[in-house]
Amino acid sequence: MTTSTVRETRTMLKRSLRHVLRSPDTIITTAVTPIAMLLLFVYVFGAAIDVGQDDYVNYLLPGILLITIASGIAYTAFRLFTDVSGGIFERFQSMPIARQAVLWGHVATSVLANLVSLTLVVLVALAMGFRSGAGVLAWLAVLGILVLFTLALTWLAVIPGLKAKSVDGVSGFSYPLIFLPFVSSAFVPTAGMPGPVRWFAENQPVTVIVDTIRNLLAQQPVGSDGWLAVAWCLGLLLVAYVAAMATYRRTTA
Amino acid sequence: MTTTPAIEITGLTKSYGDQAVLAGVDLRVAPGTIHALLGSNGAGKTTAVRILSTLLKADGGTAAVAGYEVATHPAEVRGAISLTGQFAAVDDVLTGRENLMLVAELRHLPDPRRTADELLARFGLTDAAGQRVAAYSGGMRRRLDIAMSLTGHPPVLFLDEPTTGLDPQSRTEVWRTIQELAGQGTTVLLTTQYLDEAEHLADRISILHAGRVIADGTVAELRQLLPPKRVEYVEKRPSLEEIFLAVIGHDGSDEGRARA
Ligand SMILES: Nc1ncnc2c1ncn2[C@@H]1O[C@H](COP(=O)(O)OP(=O)(O)OP(=O)(O)O)[C@@H](O)[C@H]1O
Ligand SMILES: [Mg+2]
Repeated sequence: MTTSTVRETRTMLKRSLRHVLRSPDTIITTAVTPIAMLLLFVYVFGAAIDVGQDDYVNYLLPGILLITIASGIAYTAFRLFTDVSGGIFERFQSMPIARQAVLWGHVATSVLANLVSLTLVVLVALAMGFRSGAGVLAWLAVLGILVLFTLALTWLAVIPGLKAKSVDGVSGFSYPLIFLPFVSSAFVPTAGMPGPVRWFAENQPVTVIVDTIRNLLAQQPVGSDGWLAVAWCLGLLLVAYVAAMATYRRTTA
Repeated sequence: MTTTPAIEITGLTKSYGDQAVLAGVDLRVAPGTIHALLGSNGAGKTTAVRILSTLLKADGGTAAVAGYEVATHPAEVRGAISLTGQFAAVDDVLTGRENLMLVAELRHLPDPRRTADELLARFGLTDAAGQRVAAYSGGMRRRLDIAMSLTGHPPVLFLDEPTTGLDPQSRTEVWRTIQELAGQGTTVLLTTQYLDEAEHLADRISILHAGRVIADGTVAELRQLLPPKRVEYVEKRPSLEEIFLAVIGHDGSDEGRARA
Protein backbone atom coordinates (compact mmCIF):
# COMPACT_ATOMS: atom_id res chain seq x y z
CA MET A 1 0.00 0.00 0.00
CA THR A 2 1.29 3.45 -0.85
CA THR A 3 1.13 6.28 1.68
CA SER A 4 -1.71 7.97 -0.20
CA THR A 5 -3.73 4.74 -0.13
CA VAL A 6 -3.20 4.56 3.62
CA ARG A 7 -4.28 8.17 4.00
CA GLU A 8 -7.40 7.68 1.87
CA THR A 9 -8.33 4.53 3.76
CA ARG A 10 -7.94 6.44 7.03
CA THR A 11 -10.25 9.16 5.73
CA MET A 12 -12.81 6.53 4.75
CA LEU A 13 -12.45 4.84 8.14
CA LYS A 14 -13.02 8.15 9.91
CA ARG A 15 -16.13 8.68 7.84
CA SER A 16 -17.69 5.32 8.48
CA LEU A 17 -16.78 5.44 12.18
CA ARG A 18 -18.75 8.68 12.30
CA HIS A 19 -21.69 6.76 10.89
CA VAL A 20 -21.41 4.24 13.71
CA LEU A 21 -20.96 6.89 16.39
CA ARG A 22 -24.01 8.77 15.12
CA SER A 23 -26.17 5.68 15.33
CA PRO A 24 -24.84 3.95 18.47
CA ASP A 25 -28.09 1.98 18.47
CA THR A 26 -26.50 -0.28 15.84
CA ILE A 27 -23.89 -1.38 18.37
CA ILE A 28 -26.52 -1.83 21.07
CA THR A 29 -28.81 -3.75 18.71
CA THR A 30 -25.90 -5.95 17.73
CA ALA A 31 -25.30 -6.81 21.37
CA VAL A 32 -28.95 -7.12 22.42
CA THR A 33 -29.80 -10.38 20.63
CA PRO A 34 -26.75 -12.28 21.89
CA ILE A 35 -27.30 -10.91 25.40
CA ALA A 36 -30.94 -12.03 25.30
CA MET A 37 -29.79 -15.49 24.22
CA LEU A 38 -27.26 -15.54 27.01
CA LEU A 39 -29.95 -14.69 29.57
CA LEU A 40 -32.46 -17.12 28.09
CA PHE A 41 -30.12 -20.07 27.90
CA VAL A 42 -28.42 -19.53 31.23
CA TYR A 43 -31.50 -18.74 33.34
CA VAL A 44 -34.28 -20.59 31.50
CA PHE A 45 -32.82 -23.59 29.67
CA GLY A 46 -29.56 -23.79 31.60
CA ALA A 47 -31.01 -25.89 34.40
CA ALA A 48 -32.15 -28.51 31.90
CA ILE A 49 -28.92 -28.56 29.91
CA ASP A 50 -26.15 -30.82 31.09
CA VAL A 51 -22.79 -29.85 29.68
CA GLY A 52 -20.73 -31.63 32.27
CA GLN A 53 -19.79 -28.46 34.13
CA ASP A 54 -21.58 -26.27 36.67
CA ASP A 55 -21.16 -22.81 35.25
CA TYR A 56 -23.15 -22.94 32.02
CA VAL A 57 -22.36 -19.27 31.29
CA ASN A 58 -18.68 -20.21 30.94
CA TYR A 59 -19.66 -22.95 28.52
CA LEU A 60 -22.01 -20.73 26.54
CA LEU A 61 -20.06 -17.50 26.16
CA PRO A 62 -17.77 -18.49 23.22
CA GLY A 63 -20.72 -19.41 20.99
CA ILE A 64 -22.57 -16.25 21.99
CA LEU A 65 -19.52 -14.21 20.98
CA LEU A 66 -19.62 -15.74 17.49
CA ILE A 67 -23.35 -14.95 17.25
CA THR A 68 -22.54 -11.36 18.21
CA ILE A 69 -20.15 -11.11 15.29
CA ALA A 70 -22.62 -12.73 12.90
CA SER A 71 -25.28 -10.18 13.79
CA GLY A 72 -22.81 -7.28 13.83
CA ILE A 73 -21.64 -7.72 10.27
CA ALA A 74 -25.21 -7.26 9.01
CA TYR A 75 -24.68 -3.56 9.75
CA THR A 76 -21.48 -3.56 7.73
CA ALA A 77 -23.42 -4.91 4.76
CA PHE A 78 -26.12 -2.33 5.42
CA ARG A 79 -23.69 0.62 5.54
CA LEU A 80 -22.06 -0.48 2.30
CA PHE A 81 -25.45 -1.01 0.67
CA THR A 82 -26.46 2.53 1.67
CA ASP A 83 -23.32 3.91 0.01
CA VAL A 84 -23.96 1.98 -3.18
CA SER A 85 -27.67 2.72 -3.46
CA GLY A 86 -27.24 6.38 -2.45
CA GLY A 87 -24.67 7.01 -5.17
CA ILE A 88 -21.76 8.14 -2.99
CA PHE A 89 -20.00 4.87 -3.78
CA GLU A 90 -19.96 5.89 -7.44
CA ARG A 91 -18.67 9.32 -6.54
CA PHE A 92 -15.74 7.67 -4.72
CA GLN A 93 -15.18 5.33 -7.67
CA SER A 94 -14.90 8.28 -10.07
CA MET A 95 -12.37 10.10 -7.87
CA PRO A 96 -8.59 9.94 -8.17
CA ILE A 97 -8.14 7.80 -5.05
CA ALA A 98 -7.34 4.18 -4.30
CA ARG A 99 -10.64 2.73 -5.42
CA GLN A 100 -10.73 0.09 -2.72
CA ALA A 101 -10.16 2.57 0.09
CA VAL A 102 -13.91 2.75 0.65
CA LEU A 103 -14.09 -1.02 1.14
CA TRP A 104 -11.12 -1.06 3.51
CA GLY A 105 -12.70 1.74 5.50
CA HIS A 106 -15.89 -0.29 5.94
CA VAL A 107 -13.96 -3.43 6.85
CA ALA A 108 -11.88 -1.66 9.50
CA THR A 109 -15.02 -0.04 10.91
CA SER A 110 -16.67 -3.44 11.08
CA VAL A 111 -13.82 -4.85 13.17
CA LEU A 112 -13.87 -1.90 15.58
CA ALA A 113 -17.67 -1.84 15.94
CA ASN A 114 -17.77 -5.60 16.55
CA LEU A 115 -15.06 -5.34 19.20
CA VAL A 116 -17.21 -2.83 21.07
CA SER A 117 -20.27 -5.11 20.84
CA LEU A 118 -18.18 -8.10 21.96
CA THR A 119 -16.95 -6.12 24.96
CA LEU A 120 -20.54 -5.32 25.93
CA VAL A 121 -21.49 -8.98 25.75
CA VAL A 122 -18.47 -10.02 27.83
CA LEU A 123 -19.35 -7.41 30.47
CA VAL A 124 -22.88 -8.78 30.75
CA ALA A 125 -21.50 -12.31 30.98
CA LEU A 126 -19.20 -11.18 33.81
CA ALA A 127 -22.19 -9.76 35.62
CA MET A 128 -23.91 -13.13 35.16
CA GLY A 129 -21.05 -14.97 36.77
CA PHE A 130 -18.70 -15.69 33.89
CA ARG A 131 -15.18 -16.16 35.23
CA SER A 132 -11.91 -17.06 33.58
CA GLY A 133 -8.45 -17.44 35.01
CA ALA A 134 -6.90 -17.21 31.57
CA GLY A 135 -3.69 -15.24 31.24
CA VAL A 136 -2.85 -12.41 28.89
CA LEU A 137 -1.58 -14.74 26.17
CA ALA A 138 -4.72 -16.85 26.18
CA TRP A 139 -6.88 -13.72 26.03
CA LEU A 140 -4.80 -12.41 23.14
CA ALA A 141 -5.28 -15.72 21.34
CA VAL A 142 -9.05 -15.44 21.89
CA LEU A 143 -8.97 -11.87 20.60
CA GLY A 144 -6.97 -12.94 17.57
CA ILE A 145 -9.44 -15.69 16.67
CA LEU A 146 -12.41 -13.36 17.14
CA VAL A 147 -10.81 -10.69 14.93
CA LEU A 148 -10.03 -13.25 12.22
CA PHE A 149 -13.59 -14.56 12.38
CA THR A 150 -14.91 -10.97 12.17
CA LEU A 151 -12.73 -10.26 9.14
CA ALA A 152 -13.91 -13.43 7.39
CA LEU A 153 -17.60 -12.65 7.96
CA THR A 154 -17.06 -8.96 7.13
CA TRP A 155 -15.67 -9.75 3.68
CA LEU A 156 -18.59 -12.11 3.25
CA ALA A 157 -20.91 -9.21 4.17
CA VAL A 158 -19.30 -7.06 1.49
CA ILE A 159 -20.93 -9.25 -1.17
CA PRO A 160 -24.59 -8.50 -0.30
CA GLY A 161 -23.54 -4.93 0.54
CA LEU A 162 -22.46 -4.47 -3.07
CA LYS A 163 -25.05 -6.63 -4.78
CA ALA A 164 -28.30 -6.37 -2.84
CA LYS A 165 -31.21 -4.65 -4.52
CA SER A 166 -33.13 -3.94 -1.32
CA VAL A 167 -32.57 -3.56 2.42
CA ASP A 168 -34.26 -6.91 3.03
CA GLY A 169 -31.75 -8.60 0.79
CA VAL A 170 -28.98 -7.10 2.90
CA SER A 171 -30.21 -8.20 6.31
CA GLY A 172 -31.45 -11.60 5.12
CA PHE A 173 -28.02 -13.01 4.47
CA SER A 174 -26.88 -12.92 8.07
CA TYR A 175 -29.69 -15.12 9.49
CA PRO A 176 -28.11 -18.43 8.46
CA LEU A 177 -24.84 -17.26 10.02
CA ILE A 178 -26.58 -16.46 13.28
CA PHE A 179 -28.15 -19.90 13.38
CA LEU A 180 -25.08 -21.90 12.45
CA PRO A 181 -23.88 -21.95 16.10
CA PHE A 182 -27.11 -23.74 17.11
CA VAL A 183 -25.94 -26.79 15.20
CA SER A 184 -22.54 -26.86 16.86
CA SER A 185 -21.05 -27.37 20.29
CA ALA A 186 -21.94 -23.77 21.19
CA PHE A 187 -25.07 -24.56 23.26
CA VAL A 188 -24.87 -28.28 24.00
CA PRO A 189 -22.19 -30.90 23.47
CA THR A 190 -22.41 -32.56 20.06
CA ALA A 191 -22.28 -36.04 21.58
CA GLY A 192 -26.02 -36.05 22.26
CA MET A 193 -27.02 -35.14 18.69
CA PRO A 194 -28.47 -37.69 16.24
CA GLY A 195 -26.10 -39.12 13.58
CA PRO A 196 -26.11 -36.80 10.55
CA VAL A 197 -26.68 -33.69 12.67
CA ARG A 198 -23.80 -34.68 14.91
CA TRP A 199 -21.59 -35.26 11.88
CA PHE A 200 -22.42 -31.79 10.55
CA ALA A 201 -21.97 -30.16 13.95
CA GLU A 202 -18.60 -31.75 14.50
CA ASN A 203 -17.28 -30.84 11.09
CA GLN A 204 -18.46 -27.29 10.72
CA PRO A 205 -16.10 -24.46 11.73
CA VAL A 206 -18.18 -23.04 14.60
CA THR A 207 -17.61 -26.13 16.76
CA VAL A 208 -13.85 -26.11 16.49
CA ILE A 209 -13.66 -22.32 16.96
CA VAL A 210 -15.99 -22.45 19.97
CA ASP A 211 -14.08 -25.36 21.52
CA THR A 212 -10.80 -23.53 21.09
CA ILE A 213 -12.03 -20.32 22.70
CA ARG A 214 -13.69 -22.30 25.49
CA ASN A 215 -10.49 -24.21 26.26
CA LEU A 216 -8.38 -21.08 26.13
CA LEU A 217 -10.67 -19.35 28.62
CA ALA A 218 -10.87 -22.45 30.85
CA GLN A 219 -7.07 -22.84 30.84
CA GLN A 220 -7.42 -26.26 29.25
CA PRO A 221 -5.05 -27.59 26.58
CA VAL A 222 -6.23 -26.52 23.15
CA GLY A 223 -4.41 -29.19 21.17
CA SER A 224 -4.70 -29.43 17.42
CA ASP A 225 -8.15 -27.77 17.61
CA GLY A 226 -6.40 -24.41 17.93
CA TRP A 227 -4.61 -24.70 14.64
CA LEU A 228 -7.71 -26.11 12.99
CA ALA A 229 -9.73 -23.10 14.24
CA VAL A 230 -7.14 -20.66 12.89
CA ALA A 231 -7.01 -22.58 9.61
CA TRP A 232 -10.81 -22.42 9.29
CA CYS A 233 -10.81 -18.67 9.97
CA LEU A 234 -8.00 -17.99 7.50
CA GLY A 235 -9.59 -20.27 4.89
CA LEU A 236 -12.98 -18.60 5.26
CA LEU A 237 -11.31 -15.20 5.17
CA LEU A 238 -9.48 -16.04 1.96
CA VAL A 239 -12.56 -17.42 0.22
CA ALA A 240 -14.73 -14.50 1.36
CA TYR A 241 -12.09 -11.95 0.30
CA VAL A 242 -11.66 -13.48 -3.15
CA ALA A 243 -15.42 -13.71 -3.67
CA ALA A 244 -15.95 -10.13 -2.44
CA MET A 245 -13.24 -8.82 -4.74
CA ALA A 246 -14.74 -10.68 -7.70
CA THR A 247 -18.12 -9.10 -6.89
CA TYR A 248 -16.44 -5.72 -6.52
CA ARG A 249 -14.77 -6.01 -9.92
CA ARG A 250 -18.06 -6.98 -11.52
CA THR A 251 -19.96 -4.04 -10.05
CA THR A 252 -17.28 -1.50 -10.97
CA ALA A 253 -15.89 -1.14 -14.47
CA MET B 1 -3.67 25.59 -34.24
CA THR B 2 -4.71 22.18 -33.05
CA THR B 3 -5.34 21.43 -29.41
CA THR B 4 -6.13 18.02 -27.98
CA PRO B 5 -9.86 17.89 -27.35
CA ALA B 6 -10.73 17.67 -23.66
CA ILE B 7 -13.20 14.94 -24.52
CA GLU B 8 -13.13 12.83 -27.64
CA ILE B 9 -15.55 10.00 -28.30
CA THR B 10 -15.48 7.92 -31.48
CA GLY B 11 -17.93 5.21 -32.47
CA LEU B 12 -18.86 4.48 -28.85
CA THR B 13 -21.26 1.56 -28.42
CA LYS B 14 -22.96 0.08 -25.38
CA SER B 15 -25.79 -2.44 -25.16
CA TYR B 16 -27.77 -3.87 -22.28
CA GLY B 17 -28.78 -7.33 -23.42
CA ASP B 18 -30.07 -6.83 -26.93
CA GLN B 19 -30.99 -3.20 -26.30
CA ALA B 20 -28.40 -1.01 -28.03
CA VAL B 21 -28.26 2.13 -25.88
CA LEU B 22 -25.30 3.75 -27.62
CA ALA B 23 -24.96 2.78 -31.28
CA GLY B 24 -21.87 4.62 -32.41
CA VAL B 25 -21.66 7.95 -30.63
CA ASP B 26 -19.17 10.59 -31.80
CA LEU B 27 -18.41 13.67 -29.77
CA ARG B 28 -15.59 16.19 -29.43
CA VAL B 29 -15.38 18.85 -26.78
CA ALA B 30 -12.74 21.58 -26.97
CA PRO B 31 -10.95 22.54 -23.72
CA GLY B 32 -12.57 25.31 -21.73
CA THR B 33 -15.93 25.05 -23.46
CA ILE B 34 -19.38 24.05 -22.28
CA HIS B 35 -20.93 21.25 -24.27
CA ALA B 36 -24.50 20.14 -23.79
CA LEU B 37 -25.65 16.62 -24.51
CA LEU B 38 -29.34 16.96 -25.16
CA GLY B 39 -31.65 13.97 -25.19
CA SER B 40 -34.98 12.71 -23.96
CA ASN B 41 -35.50 10.09 -21.25
CA GLY B 42 -33.60 6.91 -21.98
CA ALA B 43 -31.55 8.45 -24.78
CA GLY B 44 -28.33 7.19 -23.19
CA LYS B 45 -26.97 10.42 -21.69
CA THR B 46 -26.20 8.89 -18.30
CA THR B 47 -24.71 5.83 -19.95
CA ALA B 48 -22.31 8.04 -21.94
CA VAL B 49 -21.35 10.03 -18.85
CA ARG B 50 -20.76 6.86 -16.82
CA ILE B 51 -18.44 5.51 -19.51
CA LEU B 52 -16.51 8.80 -19.55
CA SER B 53 -16.20 8.74 -15.73
CA THR B 54 -14.74 5.19 -15.79
CA LEU B 55 -17.77 3.75 -13.99
CA LEU B 56 -18.91 1.63 -16.91
CA LYS B 57 -17.07 -0.17 -19.70
CA ALA B 58 -18.08 0.49 -23.29
CA ASP B 59 -18.63 -2.40 -25.70
CA GLY B 60 -16.84 -0.74 -28.59
CA GLY B 61 -15.38 2.50 -29.86
CA THR B 62 -13.04 4.79 -27.98
CA ALA B 63 -13.44 7.54 -25.44
CA ALA B 64 -10.65 9.79 -24.26
CA VAL B 65 -10.65 12.48 -21.59
CA ALA B 66 -7.80 15.01 -21.29
CA GLY B 67 -5.87 12.91 -23.79
CA TYR B 68 -6.20 9.65 -21.82
CA GLU B 69 -8.11 6.62 -23.05
CA VAL B 70 -10.87 5.74 -20.61
CA ALA B 71 -10.41 2.02 -21.22
CA THR B 72 -6.63 1.84 -20.83
CA HIS B 73 -5.81 4.74 -18.48
CA PRO B 74 -8.78 5.00 -16.09
CA ALA B 75 -6.66 6.27 -13.18
CA GLU B 76 -5.32 9.19 -15.24
CA VAL B 77 -8.84 9.98 -16.43
CA ARG B 78 -10.09 10.04 -12.84
CA GLY B 79 -7.27 12.45 -12.04
CA ALA B 80 -8.66 14.90 -14.59
CA ILE B 81 -12.39 14.70 -14.00
CA SER B 82 -15.15 15.20 -11.54
CA LEU B 83 -18.64 13.79 -11.77
CA THR B 84 -21.96 15.10 -10.61
CA GLY B 85 -24.23 12.18 -11.27
CA GLN B 86 -27.91 12.37 -12.10
CA PHE B 87 -28.88 11.77 -8.47
CA ALA B 88 -27.21 13.65 -5.64
CA ALA B 89 -24.33 11.57 -4.25
CA VAL B 90 -23.97 12.99 -0.77
CA ASP B 91 -23.49 11.45 2.66
CA ASP B 92 -26.74 11.89 4.59
CA VAL B 93 -25.22 11.12 7.98
CA LEU B 94 -22.54 13.79 7.72
CA THR B 95 -23.09 17.53 7.78
CA GLY B 96 -22.68 19.65 4.67
CA ARG B 97 -19.28 20.83 5.83
CA GLU B 98 -18.13 17.30 6.65
CA ASN B 99 -19.18 16.14 3.18
CA LEU B 100 -17.03 18.80 1.54
CA MET B 101 -14.13 18.19 3.91
CA LEU B 102 -14.33 14.48 3.12
CA VAL B 103 -13.87 15.12 -0.59
CA ALA B 104 -11.15 17.70 0.07
CA GLU B 105 -9.26 15.24 2.26
CA LEU B 106 -9.59 12.47 -0.30
CA ARG B 107 -8.15 14.86 -2.88
CA HIS B 108 -5.27 15.66 -0.49
CA LEU B 109 -5.98 19.38 -0.48
CA PRO B 110 -3.87 21.39 1.99
CA ASP B 111 -6.69 23.06 3.95
CA PRO B 112 -9.90 21.00 3.74
CA ARG B 113 -11.72 23.18 6.25
CA ARG B 114 -11.11 26.38 4.30
CA THR B 115 -11.95 24.75 0.98
CA ALA B 116 -15.20 23.51 2.49
CA ASP B 117 -16.14 26.90 3.94
CA GLU B 118 -15.44 28.68 0.64
CA LEU B 119 -17.66 26.29 -1.27
CA LEU B 120 -20.39 26.47 1.37
CA ALA B 121 -20.43 30.24 1.02
CA ARG B 122 -20.43 30.07 -2.76
CA PHE B 123 -23.44 27.76 -2.82
CA GLY B 124 -25.43 29.56 -0.14
CA LEU B 125 -25.06 26.71 2.33
CA THR B 126 -23.10 28.47 5.08
CA ASP B 127 -26.05 28.57 7.47
CA ALA B 128 -26.78 24.88 6.96
CA ALA B 129 -23.11 23.86 7.11
CA GLY B 130 -23.40 22.17 10.50
CA GLN B 131 -26.66 20.38 9.79
CA ARG B 132 -26.84 16.78 8.75
CA VAL B 133 -27.54 16.45 5.05
CA ALA B 134 -30.51 14.17 5.80
CA ALA B 135 -32.32 17.36 6.85
CA TYR B 136 -31.50 19.24 3.61
CA SER B 137 -34.08 20.04 0.96
CA GLY B 138 -33.69 18.52 -2.50
CA GLY B 139 -32.23 21.74 -3.87
CA MET B 140 -29.74 22.06 -1.02
CA ARG B 141 -28.60 18.49 -1.57
CA ARG B 142 -28.09 19.18 -5.24
CA ARG B 143 -26.09 22.33 -4.55
CA LEU B 144 -23.94 20.47 -2.03
CA ASP B 145 -23.53 17.67 -4.57
CA ILE B 146 -22.25 20.10 -7.20
CA ALA B 147 -20.03 21.82 -4.63
CA MET B 148 -18.48 18.44 -3.79
CA SER B 149 -17.71 17.93 -7.47
CA LEU B 150 -15.97 21.30 -7.72
CA THR B 151 -13.67 20.55 -4.78
CA GLY B 152 -10.08 20.56 -6.00
CA HIS B 153 -10.71 22.30 -9.36
CA PRO B 154 -10.78 19.31 -11.72
CA PRO B 155 -10.13 20.40 -15.34
CA VAL B 156 -13.03 18.39 -16.82
CA LEU B 157 -16.47 18.36 -15.25
CA PHE B 158 -19.34 16.02 -16.05
CA LEU B 159 -22.73 17.24 -14.92
CA ASP B 160 -25.59 14.81 -15.47
CA GLU B 161 -28.81 16.86 -15.46
CA PRO B 162 -27.42 19.29 -12.88
CA THR B 163 -30.50 21.48 -12.61
CA THR B 164 -33.28 18.90 -12.62
CA GLY B 165 -35.33 19.44 -9.48
CA LEU B 166 -33.91 22.88 -8.71
CA ASP B 167 -36.04 25.99 -8.31
CA PRO B 168 -35.45 28.75 -10.87
CA GLN B 169 -33.23 30.72 -8.46
CA SER B 170 -30.90 27.83 -7.73
CA ARG B 171 -30.96 26.96 -11.37
CA THR B 172 -29.78 30.41 -12.38
CA GLU B 173 -27.12 30.17 -9.71
CA VAL B 174 -25.86 26.82 -10.97
CA TRP B 175 -25.84 28.21 -14.49
CA ARG B 176 -23.72 31.13 -13.36
CA THR B 177 -21.30 28.81 -11.56
CA ILE B 178 -20.93 26.70 -14.69
CA GLN B 179 -20.21 29.77 -16.78
CA GLU B 180 -17.64 31.01 -14.27
CA LEU B 181 -15.89 27.65 -14.33
CA ALA B 182 -15.75 27.61 -18.13
CA GLY B 183 -14.41 31.16 -17.97
CA GLN B 184 -11.56 29.84 -15.80
CA GLY B 185 -10.73 27.12 -18.31
CA THR B 186 -12.76 24.17 -16.99
CA THR B 187 -14.29 21.97 -19.66
CA VAL B 188 -17.90 21.14 -18.91
CA LEU B 189 -19.98 18.37 -20.42
CA LEU B 190 -23.52 18.61 -19.18
CA THR B 191 -26.54 16.55 -20.04
CA THR B 192 -29.98 18.05 -20.02
CA GLN B 193 -33.51 17.56 -21.21
CA TYR B 194 -34.14 21.30 -21.23
CA LEU B 195 -33.63 23.04 -24.54
CA ASP B 196 -33.45 26.44 -22.89
CA GLU B 197 -30.69 25.24 -20.59
CA ALA B 198 -28.63 24.01 -23.53
CA GLU B 199 -29.34 27.22 -25.40
CA HIS B 200 -28.45 29.43 -22.47
CA LEU B 201 -25.25 27.71 -21.39
CA ALA B 202 -23.63 25.70 -24.09
CA ASP B 203 -21.03 26.70 -26.61
CA ARG B 204 -21.98 23.62 -28.58
CA ILE B 205 -24.82 21.16 -28.38
CA SER B 206 -25.06 17.50 -29.38
CA ILE B 207 -28.46 15.93 -29.72
CA LEU B 208 -28.45 12.29 -28.71
CA HIS B 209 -31.25 10.27 -30.17
CA ALA B 210 -31.71 6.55 -30.81
CA GLY B 211 -28.14 5.80 -29.76
CA ARG B 212 -26.46 8.34 -32.03
CA VAL B 213 -25.62 12.02 -32.12
CA ILE B 214 -28.03 13.16 -34.80
CA ALA B 215 -27.10 16.83 -34.72
CA ASP B 216 -24.10 18.73 -33.43
CA GLY B 217 -23.16 22.39 -33.49
CA THR B 218 -23.63 25.80 -31.97
CA VAL B 219 -27.14 27.02 -31.29
CA ALA B 220 -26.91 29.18 -34.40
CA GLU B 221 -25.81 26.22 -36.50
CA LEU B 222 -28.60 24.07 -35.17
CA ARG B 223 -31.13 26.79 -36.00
CA GLN B 224 -30.04 26.52 -39.63
CA LEU B 225 -31.34 22.98 -39.62
CA LEU B 226 -34.87 24.27 -39.16
CA PRO B 227 -36.98 25.33 -42.13
CA PRO B 228 -36.58 29.06 -42.99
CA LYS B 229 -38.39 31.39 -40.63
CA ARG B 230 -41.65 33.15 -41.40
CA VAL B 231 -42.14 36.46 -39.70
CA GLU B 232 -45.23 36.53 -37.52
CA TYR B 233 -46.35 39.18 -35.10
CA VAL B 234 -47.26 37.76 -31.72
CA GLU B 235 -47.83 39.67 -28.53
CA LYS B 236 -44.82 38.75 -26.35
CA ARG B 237 -46.04 37.29 -23.12
CA PRO B 238 -43.68 36.74 -20.23
CA SER B 239 -42.73 33.12 -19.65
CA LEU B 240 -43.86 31.47 -16.46
CA GLU B 241 -40.28 31.52 -15.27
CA GLU B 242 -40.01 35.26 -15.75
CA ILE B 243 -43.26 35.76 -13.86
CA PHE B 244 -42.13 33.52 -11.05
CA LEU B 245 -38.83 35.34 -10.69
CA ALA B 246 -40.58 38.73 -10.79
CA VAL B 247 -43.11 37.76 -8.15
CA ILE B 248 -40.51 36.48 -5.71
CA GLY B 249 -38.48 39.62 -6.31
CA HIS B 250 -35.41 37.94 -7.74
CA ASP B 251 -33.32 39.63 -10.39
CA GLY B 252 -30.83 36.86 -11.00
CA SER B 253 -28.18 38.24 -8.66
CA ASP B 254 -27.23 36.90 -5.26
CA GLU B 255 -29.32 39.40 -3.31
CA GLY B 256 -32.64 38.16 -2.13
CA ARG B 257 -31.56 34.53 -1.91
CA ALA B 258 -33.50 33.06 0.91
CA ARG B 259 -31.09 31.88 3.55
CA ALA B 260 -32.01 28.58 5.08
N1 LIG C 1 -27.94 -1.26 -15.74
C1 LIG C 1 -28.81 -1.26 -16.76
N2 LIG C 1 -29.36 -2.42 -17.16
C2 LIG C 1 -30.23 -2.46 -18.21
N3 LIG C 1 -30.61 -1.40 -18.91
C3 LIG C 1 -30.11 -0.20 -18.56
C4 LIG C 1 -29.18 -0.07 -17.48
N4 LIG C 1 -28.84 1.23 -17.36
C5 LIG C 1 -29.52 1.89 -18.32
N5 LIG C 1 -30.28 1.03 -19.04
C6 LIG C 1 -31.13 1.40 -20.19
O1 LIG C 1 -30.38 2.17 -21.09
C7 LIG C 1 -31.18 3.20 -21.65
C8 LIG C 1 -30.45 4.53 -21.50
O2 LIG C 1 -30.36 4.84 -20.13
P1 LIG C 1 -29.68 6.19 -19.63
O3 LIG C 1 -29.82 6.19 -18.17
O4 LIG C 1 -28.32 6.31 -20.20
O5 LIG C 1 -30.62 7.29 -20.30
P2 LIG C 1 -30.68 8.85 -20.02
O6 LIG C 1 -30.54 9.51 -21.35
O7 LIG C 1 -29.72 9.22 -18.99
O8 LIG C 1 -32.17 9.01 -19.51
P3 LIG C 1 -32.80 10.02 -18.40
O9 LIG C 1 -33.04 11.31 -19.08
O10 LIG C 1 -34.07 9.36 -18.03
O11 LIG C 1 -31.83 10.11 -17.30
C9 LIG C 1 -32.52 3.16 -20.96
O12 LIG C 1 -33.43 2.53 -21.82
C10 LIG C 1 -32.28 2.29 -19.75
O13 LIG C 1 -33.41 1.54 -19.47
MG1 LIG D 1 -29.86 9.98 -17.12
